Amino acid sequence: MREPIERLEGLLRKEALQIIRDPSALAIAFLLPAMLLVIFGYGVTLDPHRVPLAVVVEQPDAVAQSFVAQLGGTPYFTPVHFNTIQAADRAFDAREVSGIVWLRANFTRQLASEGAAPIGVIVNGVDANTARLIQGYLQQVWATWLAARSRERGLPQGLPVAVEPRVRFNSAVSSRDYLVPGLIAIVMTLTGALLTALVIAREWERGTLEALMVTRATIREILLAKLLPYFVLGMGGMVATLVLAVTLFGVPFRGSLLVLTGASALFLLAALGMGLLISSVARNQFVAGQIAIIVTFLPAFILSGFVFDIGSMPWAIRLLTHIVAARYFVAILQSLFLAGDVWSVILPNALALGIMALVFLGAARLGARKRLD
Amino acid sequence: MPAESELPPALRLEGVSHAFTSRGRTAAALDGITARAERGAVTGVIGPDGAGKTTLMRLAAGLLQLRSGRIEVLGIDVARNPDDARSRIGYMPQRFGLYEDLTVRENLDLYAKVQNVPRAGREARDGELLHMTGLAPFLSRLAGRLSGGMKQKLGLACTLVRVPEVLLLDEPTVGVDPVSRRELWEIVDHLVRTERMAVVLSTSYLDEAERCRSVLLLHEGRLVGATDPASFAAQVSGRSFHVSAAGTGKRQLQERLARTPGVVDATIQGAFVRVVTESGGQLSAAELSPQATPLTIVPVPPRFEDSFVALLKSSSPATASPGQAIARGETPEENGSRGTPSPPETTGSAGNEPVIFADRLTRRFGSFIAVDAVSFAVRRGEIFGLLGANGAGKSTTFRMLCGLLPPSDGTLRVAGYDLRRAAASARGRIGYMAQKFSLYGDLSVLENLRFFASAYRLLEPHRGARIAWALEEFGLGPHADAVSRELPLGFKQRLALACALMHEPEILFLDEPTSGVDPLARREFWRRINALAESGVTVLVTTHFMEEAEYCDRLAVLAQGKVLAAGDPESLKARARTAERPQPTMEDAFIALLEAASRPRAA
Amino acid sequence: MWRAVLALIVKELLAVLKDPKSRMVLIVPPLIQLIVFGYAATFDLNRVPIAIYDQDHSEASRDLVAQFLGSRIFERVATLQSARRITPLIDARKVDLVLSIDRRFTRDLLTHQPAPVQLIVDGRDSNTALIILGYANSIITDFSLDWMQAHGERPVPAVLDVRARYNPTLSSQWFIVPGIVAVLTQVVTLLVVGLSVARERETGTFDQLLVTPYRQGEILLGKGLPGLLIGGIEASVIILAAVLWFGVPLRGALFPLYLGLLLFVASVIGIGLMISSIAVTQQQALLGAFLFMVPSIMLSGFATPIANMPPLIQDLTWLNPMRHFLIVVRGVFLEGAASGTFLPEYAAMAGIAGTSLFAAGWLFRRRVY
Repeated sequence: MREPIERLEGLLRKEALQIIRDPSALAIAFLLPAMLLVIFGYGVTLDPHRVPLAVVVEQPDAVAQSFVAQLGGTPYFTPVHFNTIQAADRAFDAREVSGIVWLRANFTRQLASEGAAPIGVIVNGVDANTARLIQGYLQQVWATWLAARSRERGLPQGLPVAVEPRVRFNSAVSSRDYLVPGLIAIVMTLTGALLTALVIAREWERGTLEALMVTRATIREILLAKLLPYFVLGMGGMVATLVLAVTLFGVPFRGSLLVLTGASALFLLAALGMGLLISSVARNQFVAGQIAIIVTFLPAFILSGFVFDIGSMPWAIRLLTHIVAARYFVAILQSLFLAGDVWSVILPNALALGIMALVFLGAARLGARKRLD
Repeated sequence: MPAESELPPALRLEGVSHAFTSRGRTAAALDGITARAERGAVTGVIGPDGAGKTTLMRLAAGLLQLRSGRIEVLGIDVARNPDDARSRIGYMPQRFGLYEDLTVRENLDLYAKVQNVPRAGREARDGELLHMTGLAPFLSRLAGRLSGGMKQKLGLACTLVRVPEVLLLDEPTVGVDPVSRRELWEIVDHLVRTERMAVVLSTSYLDEAERCRSVLLLHEGRLVGATDPASFAAQVSGRSFHVSAAGTGKRQLQERLARTPGVVDATIQGAFVRVVTESGGQLSAAELSPQATPLTIVPVPPRFEDSFVALLKSSSPATASPGQAIARGETPEENGSRGTPSPPETTGSAGNEPVIFADRLTRRFGSFIAVDAVSFAVRRGEIFGLLGANGAGKSTTFRMLCGLLPPSDGTLRVAGYDLRRAAASARGRIGYMAQKFSLYGDLSVLENLRFFASAYRLLEPHRGARIAWALEEFGLGPHADAVSRELPLGFKQRLALACALMHEPEILFLDEPTSGVDPLARREFWRRINALAESGVTVLVTTHFMEEAEYCDRLAVLAQGKVLAAGDPESLKARARTAERPQPTMEDAFIALLEAASRPRAA
Repeated sequence: MWRAVLALIVKELLAVLKDPKSRMVLIVPPLIQLIVFGYAATFDLNRVPIAIYDQDHSEASRDLVAQFLGSRIFERVATLQSARRITPLIDARKVDLVLSIDRRFTRDLLTHQPAPVQLIVDGRDSNTALIILGYANSIITDFSLDWMQAHGERPVPAVLDVRARYNPTLSSQWFIVPGIVAVLTQVVTLLVVGLSVARERETGTFDQLLVTPYRQGEILLGKGLPGLLIGGIEASVIILAAVLWFGVPLRGALFPLYLGLLLFVASVIGIGLMISSIAVTQQQALLGAFLFMVPSIMLSGFATPIANMPPLIQDLTWLNPMRHFLIVVRGVFLEGAASGTFLPEYAAMAGIAGTSLFAAGWLFRRRVY
């Protein structure tokens, strides 16, 4: 028993030294994750705020002003005033404003007489998602304005149905709180699959693996010595992302660390298995890098529910997402950060991760032989 | 060792064949090899690149699946019990896989642990290995920063941390300077002597064969010979001669001798032409020289290579002499009719401007001085060699001359220009053939030729004529549409030369032009270069092959960025002449120079 | 001179197209990305699983539920009898929304009290939550207005009359697919140009090229123009796929689109050549290209609007050629805008292209020698 441990220790020490001395390993393990974290923590958000809206009030009076005041009172909009609809249209075409709110000259008159005076709203539909969110915000502004108006006049209500929205887990509906946890899956994919595939491919390229194969080290030890350091590196990436997410970006973490550690370990094993498999197919760094980006990195980004809702994808693509390990991990992550230890989410997804880890690692082990062909 | 002969041999191969399939094409790497390697001796596996040496070594180490035949190491069937076999062998792959970002010590430690070397004996073993390889002063240096020779020695030390019974070394001396090469061989001999180790060593250097107890000769996947080197060389005994003629250039003489019936091989060796005849018996001057030029013929002892070339020529006459057109068309008769033009090596008149000229050429990379005040001059029609080990500064010098790298100091002139500053069109006067025959591997032969013809701005109809010339002259016609990556090495070399000559340059730069190619291809290549030089093309060649150095008119020997010596091959060899070595080889001369250079610094 | 440069371009194209590795880079990833982005990268919602907790069991409440299910957006997966099941359903992500109609719903409607309807949404995916709320709100508003009309009540004083210009159905695909033109053109051009010099360095042919009578400008041209050609072809294929396969309207003219494409590809070529002149091996070039590509796609407005970013990062995106080209390509596709409206974008891309090409030339000279 002492001998295998000694061999493993030698291999592990070598791997650790290499990681420390190799700039490209450092770039993938630390620089890229840090970049992603900064981009997602500070830069990327789906939530519109202070959207510039052109406001055209053809007959400025108290009623019209009260609506405009309501618009400007929210954090969502920045009203920009125009005197004519033509001027507003020009600004719209020049993409200076994202929408137009148009109160025609007869607005107040119609409002007072028959009611249902139209508030013209034009949104730029090019960015459909933002357009939809702007619509939603406008509707809120409108409903609030109606209710306030009714109250002022002692009327019973604005609209007969009162909506009470309750957003569970993320009451501020901040997209950062939803995106940053998923980032852990991306970061772990980078170290687990991309970096592992690259370093093993490098050993093939440089002939170091060939030299190791003729030593007493068994293939299991050689694989294990690859898995362990990158496992530690990946878990380190997870911890670093977690700490930064909670301290720097104020993302809540409501689950238990133990569950997070367990789920991360399972996902990382699956990712490492993929990395090993890729490197056994492509024995040079260039091809291994390409394959790893296409089969692990991109799916983790697009097909995992990290940004885009899986339920709304066409069925063929939904089916495809089932073989993306990141999908299960992202589901667990989002629940752990925002909801807590929701076992009904954690257990099935963890089971799926476990199966994937087993399949990938098993396939990698079966495919690995102490031979070159 | 009374029982040794009854024990199973170190390595036994029986009917071993192996083929590789790539892109749907199958290429045989080994074809029915039956051979054995004895215990306690060095067995050389010898052949040019692509002969199947590496495949054989990998099969013996159990790294490739054996498809047909049987391989035994010390009586153990490698295919059936690869782990058993591997526990008794040491294997050093070609370009030993060192971890370049680990230090010498860390590499050794890794292998000691992976091989479970008992802690007790390690200190002593490490000390012994470090002493043997001379790596002790470099323990904390990164392996990637070692010279080629030191890397190989470190690789060998890593293989030897646990004493194997059979040591497999795949081309351990490639890219290694002669001193390190000699040291590597000393280590190997030492192991065989003191540890009774069986060593199987592959190499493409024929001169190394003579150091082996027995040799396995591989050519295109077939075993063409398995004997001891002395008796192999003896097959041509009495058929090798040094020929020289007063008043005739050695290249003209060689050209003439090569085409004489009955001559198997004629190569330039310094001032002589080495001739191997088809049949034994005394070579008569009259037979060789109908024009009655007075010839001096001295019988010399046969070399291993003489025999190998004779064997290859007799087994594959088809590849013997394709494309002798340059020679026939341009050289001998023409020169003959011009009377006796003074051979280039004696033209030294003051009015003759040197074509390539370097004066105190220096190149620094940070604090490291790669080339240190190198000066030389090359005249028109001369073949000039830069001889040195990897890292001696010859590639840096070469790149500066070609305009690929600016010198830090000093002046240089090529055809009157500094190519880096001169107009781009000035580069049209030089031809360049890079190490490893850099061609566009995915392009076909014809596409490569067309590209270089356009790159050198040849215009129709001249362009078409030159492409046709290249296809015809280099025997590339049948391969015109072949993907150049998949060409055999010899053809790659021809294509590279064809591309470099497309625009009929005045000056030809050759970087390690024949490394790895088989001896016949090498001879054919030098025949062309000789013919070019005879027609007035100036040739500058870098090499670490002693044999290539022999072809040069003059040489500059480089070490650590400095010119150690310059002169013609004979005078360099003469410097190394001692009582115990009356006939020094180029390698002896080189090593003597290196030793002389390092002595004052060491003291 | 042109013959020689042409030969260089032909050689470059042959080298890219004949090498199976490079061919794979040109064909497989773009195809996969086109399909995956085109179909999977959508913010549109459909078949959102919801649970109905109707405590009123009245005609009015059934009406409201019917309006929810009548839209293609929501799909009922559970009908609840007690409030206890709400939390487990949401927690387990079985439903994204629970529509809870209060016991007093009809009574309050008739007595002019605010009739309470609760919308309980899973906020873990905040964007989906917001969109679900938006949809639900507009359904309930429509219900309110209908109810008021049906019961002869005085209409509300003012109503929103919303129209989405350029994309009336607010389809995400119309937004994403033109964006893919930009993303894939960048990926392919960057890889072709960024790796070409590194590949030649690795095989040693680069030295061979430098000793021929080519001038540096000619070599740069010979490396850049194939990128322009391949990038242009790749973009055209995706533009065709966008129109013919995904059915995205191409409302504007081709001239402003291709003018933008030209400037965009020129900028990417400049950046690719910069990477190329720094990287020694193909692996380094690949890593460099990757390190550039990830932030440049994230911060381009491809999926997340630039306007939502903090001001500092918004300023930074001006350096990103893709940001400008996305405006052009979406503007031409959906808005049918003419070249006049893209002057700032053209100017910015021309600036980036000029600077990066110049920098590449400078780096090239420094690295080569």
